[in-house]
Amino acid sequence: MNRIGWRIIPILFFLLLSVLLWRGLSLDPHTLPSVQVGKILPAFALPELIHPEKIFKSNQIPQQVVLLNVWASWCAACVDEQVFMMELSRKGVPVYGLNYKDNADDAIKWLEQWGNPYKVIVQDSQGKTAIDLGVYGAPETFIIDKKGLIRYRHAGIMSQKVWADEMAPLMKQLDNNG
Amino acid sequence: MRKYLIAIIFFSCWSPHFVFANSLYPLDSAKKNAQFSYLLKNLRCLVCQNQDLADSNAELAKDLRQRVYELVKEGKSDSEIGDYLTSRYGDFILFKPPVKAATLLLWFGPLLFLLSGFIIFWRTCFKRVSYE
Repeated sequence: MNRIGWRIIPILFFLLLSVLLWRGLSLDPHTLPSVQVGKILPAFALPELIHPEKIFKSNQIPQQVVLLNVWASWCAACVDEQVFMMELSRKGVPVYGLNYKDNADDAIKWLEQWGNPYKVIVQDSQGKTAIDLGVYGAPETFIIDKKGLIRYRHAGIMSQKVWADEMAPLMKQLDNNG
Repeated sequence: MRKYLIAIIFFSCWSPHFVFANSLYPLDSAKKNAQFSYLLKNLRCLVCQNQDLADSNAELAKDLRQRVYELVKEGKSDSEIGDYLTSRYGDFILFKPPVKAATLLLWFGPLLFLLSGFIIFWRTCFKRVSYE
């Protein structure tokens, strides 16, 4: 046993590495962990989409658990998500929108076509707030708690499954904990 | 005349990066220019993940390039700009991961493998001699 003890180490390393690499094959390189989770929502003061003369500040979001959805009219995937967003807003989930690097006219037309689930939409035409949020594509959805902390980030289209498995329970829990 | 033409063609093949760095993103010193192009080459585009920020044409890359440009212009240091970006996008945006507890194996793993190779080699040889 002692004689083969040393020689078995490379084989063990090899097996370990194989397992790691095998696992890596099934990971999606586009799902990046967000470093924003647990941090305070970055402060912004942006014009509203529907009433561009009004400036909406990040601290105007009421002290409740809300969704912040990053979307744009140029983003094809956002259309897929919109049906679900409409359903959420009908259920009474407060959804706020960040219109990401978009043209206001196009965005308003898009809302007329696909529906508007948002309480308030702000225009981030330069994409600066999106960079502060660590957004790298639309759509992205954040859960903001009552204290204004980011508690969850979902990149990509929100599905019934993600909502039911992760987001809805978390929102409920945050709602109860105060 | 022809000589000059060849020289011009030769140098224009050489300098696209230089022109790009200067015309689109004018900076007041050569040091800042160098810092800017160094940073762009070492930052990852998050959309097309194997491209650096200098290379990528994705919208987000353009915005981040602009942001890095503004920070360089303000005279921020490399590490300040790095912190700015990693606090938003995480270490993934850096092509070179920082040395910390989670990346120790990544950085020193090869050394570990080399050492264990030497040890195995040493012991194998040592044992062989003792058998004779």
